[in-house]
Amino acid sequence: MITLDDDPFADEVLADPVPLHRRLRDAGPVVRLGRYDVWAMARAEEVTQALNDPATFCSSAGVGLSDFRKETPWRPPSLLLEADAPEHDRARHTVTSVLTPKVVKTYRDTFAREAEKLVAALVARGEFDAVADFAEAFPLKVFPDAVGLPAEGREHLLPYGAMVFNGFGPRNHLFTEAMERGAVAREWIAEHCRAENLAPGGLGARIHEAASEFTEEERALLVRSFLSAGVDTTVHALGNAVLCFALYPDQWAALREKPESSRAAFEEVVRFTSPVQTFFRTTTRDVEIGGVRIPAGEKVLLFLAAANRDPRRWPDADTFDITRRAAGHVGFGSGVHACVGQMFARLEGEVLLAELARRVTTIELAGEPRPQLSNTLRGLASLPVRVR
Amino acid sequence: MPKVTYVQSDGTSRTVEATVGRSLMQVAIDHGVDGIVAECGGNAMCATCHVYVDPARLDDLGPLCSDEEEMLDCTASPRAATSRLSCQLPVTEDLDGLVLRLPEEQL
Ligand code: FES
Repeated sequence: MITLDDDPFADEVLADPVPLHRRLRDAGPVVRLGRYDVWAMARAEEVTQALNDPATFCSSAGVGLSDFRKETPWRPPSLLLEADAPEHDRARHTVTSVLTPKVVKTYRDTFAREAEKLVAALVARGEFDAVADFAEAFPLKVFPDAVGLPAEGREHLLPYGAMVFNGFGPRNHLFTEAMERGAVAREWIAEHCRAENLAPGGLGARIHEAASEFTEEERALLVRSFLSAGVDTTVHALGNAVLCFALYPDQWAALREKPESSRAAFEEVVRFTSPVQTFFRTTTRDVEIGGVRIPAGEKVLLFLAAANRDPRRWPDADTFDITRRAAGHVGFGSGVHACVGQMFARLEGEVLLAELARRVTTIELAGEPRPQLSNTLRGLASLPVRVR
Repeated sequence: MPKVTYVQSDGTSRTVEATVGRSLMQVAIDHGVDGIVAECGGNAMCATCHVYVDPARLDDLGPLCSDEEEMLDCTASPRAATSRLSCQLPVTEDLDGLVLRLPEEQL
């Protein structure tokens, strides 16, 4: 078994993670990361296997580097993300009952209308920042509306999300900076997870209703999961989508020809760019995987992004191809912890990309894209583009 | 290996060898059978792997779990008494000769 000295959370690696992912996959099914004294998996087969074996690769010790059995987490653990069976099952069931594909579909028309408005305004401008003006603007409008948050204070959502996703990494400068910037957001978020601050009929209010067997505090934590998980991830997926189409104009042309394939195109964006790059798990017992024995109680870093580009699983893995059948990637995770909001994210991506494809002939870079470094997410801080 | 037949809504059908232990959704994807989208990759979250099972064989399949039950209410084509989610159905030797009808729409 090979030990690598690389730091997957170093700025230059986060800015361009693909080379490290390649080396990790090639090094073996299971690798040691000497720097953090943890294990790592980067091939599709082992990553999927670990995600689908939550009894062995558990989440309640935290899905970041910090081990909740040894350290106190910076916020009360999520009842979904950072929980195991049987507690996890109850929480998950409550949330999935509110976020069913049927419920998600009821938002289609509203989302389509918002997409029309936004795209029309951007086309009129011609030049804009595809991160702030497009990728952030859309989810920051439709998602909090759906959850039932007030118009005021939404600016707290992004710094809060940044804190959550950087919080899964080591205590590096990204972690510290995100914690400082997000400090004021914490209180607003906590306040707005409470039933009295959520609009009736919204997803947040519905969670409170569906979670009647939970305490008031727990219900608020369930709503918090929406606010932590539902914004930054989608923002990054949409920003990455525009970058992909600016870099691969043939793929844009293909989508223009068939705007109705925008759902599949969005899926390929998620596979190709993996907005959520990594999550940790912790072993509950000695386990052999890929011929390597991992002892109990160890942190294992799962590289979802590397699995999504594993050539052992994907033909032409490093090619962005919107006609590919991308289902089965682990960009939304897999197994009992698979993203509960994935149908929501797909709807957002689908309607917005379809609208863009109907209105925009060409997308060109109007400046250098700037990555937004995060210990967990891959996305952009800015993406100046010109559309025609 | 047990053989399974997928019948499209237009009546065309494909019979394939199903690997024991894979799900009936995965078998369809492995063989490039159209008509099963499986957006969520088999996690009982999308209802786009919906199939109608031969009524005579319903008992050869395991019982519905609560997730599948709920998800079957979200299918794009109407739910029937024989509706199942193919991602929740593991292939066993007993399934040899099983016929699955695919719905008109999955999304
Ligand atoms: S593949 Fe999504 S529910 Fe079966």
